[in-house]
Amino acid sequence: MHELSLVAGLFEVLEEKAGPYKPAKIVAVKLRVGRLSGAVPELLVTAFDMYKKGTLAEEAALEVIEVPVSFRCRTCAQEFEVEDFVFHCPSCQGSDLEMLSGTDLVLDKIELETEENSA
Amino acid sequence: MKHKEIEVLEDILSSNARAAAELRRRLVERGVLTVNLMSSPGAGKTTLLERLAERLVPRFRLAVIEGDIETERDAERIRAKGIPAWQIQTGGACHLEAKMIGRLFPELPSELDFLFIENVGNLVCPAGYDLGESLRCLLLSAPEGDDKPKKYPKAFRTAQCLILSKADLLGLLPFDPERAKKEAREINPGLEIFSLSALTGAGIEDFIAYLLRQRQIITGRHA
Repeated sequence: MHELSLVAGLFEVLEEKAGPYKPAKIVAVKLRVGRLSGAVPELLVTAFDMYKKGTLAEEAALEVIEVPVSFRCRTCAQEFEVEDFVFHCPSCQGSDLEMLSGTDLVLDKIELETEENSA
Repeated sequence: MKHKEIEVLEDILSSNARAAAELRRRLVERGVLTVNLMSSPGAGKTTLLERLAERLVPRFRLAVIEGDIETERDAERIRAKGIPAWQIQTGGACHLEAKMIGRLFPELPSELDFLFIENVGNLVCPAGYDLGESLRCLLLSAPEGDDKPKKYPKAFRTAQCLILSKADLLGLLPFDPERAKKEAREINPGLEIFSLSALTGAGIEDFIAYLLRQRQIITGRHA
């Protein structure tokens, strides 16, 4: 269970990116989580709810967008998703693959509220 | 109140990634091959390091960073071989992070050929954290079973090298090394795979040759 460390990293990025807007509060956070990221969405939400207490995001909900594992075959250019962790191209059986997604742990979007008269 | 949506698209591990990249740059510049050893508890990481110490010293200069939740035991075993070793006690955390290694960087000997980082025994969480290593080596021991690669895809996907350890037990256990290799290569076709016994020393020379080759490729330094 390293989701609490991941959420600590999420809050670092959150403070850096939301800070300049001088938010009154953060109301929603969207996180992209790849199926091969090693993180469990449900545990991330639990960790987020523990971590947010006493912060500007206290009332925010964490929304997790699950991202499939996908590749592009360098031999035949086919793009495909995998479910079962057998990493070879379904059309040419090649194993020289470029990973397009699946390891993501990316802060996608923040929704916040600012005082009417501030920036 | 004004509502705002901000698109960010930044990796939440970016601060670890930056610390790791800086560490890797400094270590490679010094001619150090840094190896992050990962496995479940009891796969034989420390015993492998003891055997490597016996064979590589005094020709090469080694240092070891040990990660454990508690105790100084592993670092003591390494020091008993005459190798400088630091113990990071994570106090409950299930993995090491780049900043933990960075804090020890000033204490490392200035003349060094290999730095081994023995991660906390765990095949899940350590896989998410770049420590500034040049090589990530995974150990899978025969008693754990040959079905593990697909259970821990991230660890097997992110490693460059896999060591099937405790090879002296093959034949006594229903562990099929070919199945383990096949599963591992389905996840990571480029994986270099070694089979060795740290207890008897069988197979260890091949792994040492690989380490020396990688040091030359990565740091440009010869033996």
